[in-house]
Amino acid sequence: MTFEFWTRLIDGQPALSLLLWVSGLIVVMYVARQPVHQIILSLVRSVRNALRLMAQSVMLAEKQLRNRNREVLLAQGQEHAERAIEREFQRVEAQVNRDLSGYPSLQRDLKEQITRIDEDYTQSGEVPPKPPEWLKAIEAVAEIPDNGSSVVGKILSDIHNTLKKSLQKSIQEYRRANRERHTLLKKMMPYWRSLTSNLNTVEKKITGLEQRAAVIDNQMQSYDDIRQQTDFSERLLSSSSMTQFFISGVALCLALVGMYVNFQLVALPMGEMVGASSYLGSSSIRASDVAALFIISVEVILGLFLMESVGVTRLFPIINLLDDHKRKAIFWIMLTFLFIFAGIEASLAYMRDMLAADSKALSQVLSGAEVVEPALSWIPSVAQMAMGFTLPFVLAFVAIPLEAFIYSFRTVSGLMGVWLLHIIAVLIRFIGNVTYGVGRIIINAYDLVIFIPLKFERSFKEKIIVKNESVEDPVELNDETHASKELIADEDDLKEKTK
Amino acid sequence: MKRIFLSLVASLAVVLILLAGCSEPRNTRAVYVLVDTSGTYSQQFEKVQGVIRYMLGTLLPGESLALARIDSESFSEKDIIARMNFDLRPSMANAQKRAFLESVDSFGANIAPSKYTDITGGILQAIEYLNETKATERYILIFSDLKEDIKEGQVRDFPINFNGTHTVAINVTKLQSDNIDPREYQQRVDAWAERVEQGNGHWKLINDLNRLEGLWE
Repeated sequence: MTFEFWTRLIDGQPALSLLLWVSGLIVVMYVARQPVHQIILSLVRSVRNALRLMAQSVMLAEKQLRNRNREVLLAQGQEHAERAIEREFQRVEAQVNRDLSGYPSLQRDLKEQITRIDEDYTQSGEVPPKPPEWLKAIEAVAEIPDNGSSVVGKILSDIHNTLKKSLQKSIQEYRRANRERHTLLKKMMPYWRSLTSNLNTVEKKITGLEQRAAVIDNQMQSYDDIRQQTDFSERLLSSSSMTQFFISGVALCLALVGMYVNFQLVALPMGEMVGASSYLGSSSIRASDVAALFIISVEVILGLFLMESVGVTRLFPIINLLDDHKRKAIFWIMLTFLFIFAGIEASLAYMRDMLAADSKALSQVLSGAEVVEPALSWIPSVAQMAMGFTLPFVLAFVAIPLEAFIYSFRTVSGLMGVWLLHIIAVLIRFIGNVTYGVGRIIINAYDLVIFIPLKFERSFKEKIIVKNESVEDPVELNDETHASKELIADEDDLKEKTK
Repeated sequence: MKRIFLSLVASLAVVLILLAGCSEPRNTRAVYVLVDTSGTYSQQFEKVQGVIRYMLGTLLPGESLALARIDSESFSEKDIIARMNFDLRPSMANAQKRAFLESVDSFGANIAPSKYTDITGGILQAIEYLNETKATERYILIFSDLKEDIKEGQVRDFPINFNGTHTVAINVTKLQSDNIDPREYQQRVDAWAERVEQGNGHWKLINDLNRLEGLWE
């Protein structure tokens, strides 16, 4: 149907023809207003409801994932805290074994020193000299009146002299005893010092234990928080997990660089074993490269088992559950293997240097130049050998960041998943609301097209109101269809729900 | 514990054996160098040596190189001066290259000029050798003036199946007669190019030895 078809209703009057068509359309639209509104409304409503359901499902999944993340995070945190507490107790045990194992002998020393000091103290006690028993007799004799008798005077004089001598002797004795006491007290000094030193040592050890106990207290507190599943502990663990993820990621990247260097050392000489121009099947992968990668992978695996057997990592529960004897055996086997591989790598690195030198010499021969041995060519050879020997041991430590990365990746990926689901849910709801808004716009646009008959309808209703002013039951003045009302009601409902 | 030890050793050995067994050389090249030793061309051997040095520096372990002369009866094994399938081990391959170079140098010191020039016989011998190498890319390098001069009674004017072999004429010298009529030179080259391409081969002419890398294109 071309434009001409619409303009040919009345011959020679295209504008009038168009006007007639438009008028007819408006009339039809006015008549069909209610059902059209309902169709549009039910359509947008069903779309919005479907999207709402989808959003709810996504939000439910988000909630489940969040719960699962929380469980994983708390379980990991609990395990980590248990390990930390266990380690701390092991340290305390080691400290107790080391420091307090000598406590009985220390106690014996202290007792002996105290006994000696006690004995010395007892011996150094001051005993006041007793007055001589005959002093009273002398007093009685001294009170005898001399009555001018020279004999009595002589006797008294003798007594006086004897008494003087006795007193002098007593004083000397007292001084001697005092000297002995001082000597004894002087001898006590080293014992006191030794005792003080022993007590200081004990104090230090006890302080160390107290500090450990404080650390354990803190860890027990965080462990308790985790067990009680508090929000604070969850936040703490979550941020710790993110930090671990990035740090271990960086460490793994560095390890990859190390592996690349290792690969470069090994790949060329591996050509001597599996062929330099051999490829895997029809692919473009060199067999020597695969063999080099295999050797590096084996070294990493050996490192994993080594760390596992020492108890540094816990990637393989079976190894952790083994008794100490078996774990020790695994440790020694893995260490032996690592030494063997380190030796192999060192020799391969040396071989690489030889091959490179040989190829260079051949190129010089082919180019007609004189073959010159470079000065200090042994330095790169030794450096390559040293790198070849040490890199396997360095790679063994990849197990530590790898474990941290794996554990933190679980929680970080979970968090990412939660964010993604949240964004999806928000988007779905947004699309649902936009669809609903579009429906409303379409209804309003529909009414805009038929605004003339609507205006007439309104005027007609106003006239009826004027006529029925005296009537108590007024006619409601409303140009909104049932669908429009529902639309508005729906919107109010949505607003309430959003609130 | 012994089991773990043994299983690790066994797995390592198995992987290396599998890698050595399942792997195969890919896109290998085989080059057959034909050198004209007739009176007019025998003075050009220095250039041949230069190209062979380039070949030895370019070819990889697992690839093949042979040097043969074009004389009066070239369709013969005895005209092959040196041939080498380079070992897959780089160190062995380097040793083989040195040995090859020695053979070439000793041959260059004692070249006996031949009376006739049986280029077709040499090419047939080259194709036979190259087919035996089972290389994916086969090259015949011809150092000659491309003027065939065969004994009476020898039959050489028949089509040859090159089987996809690249035939490269290097340093095609001009004869005195070419200076009288340069069209002769062009006709000679064109005749060989036509013969090679009709025999399912690829033809190339390189006169500038500084552009040898174009050989592999």
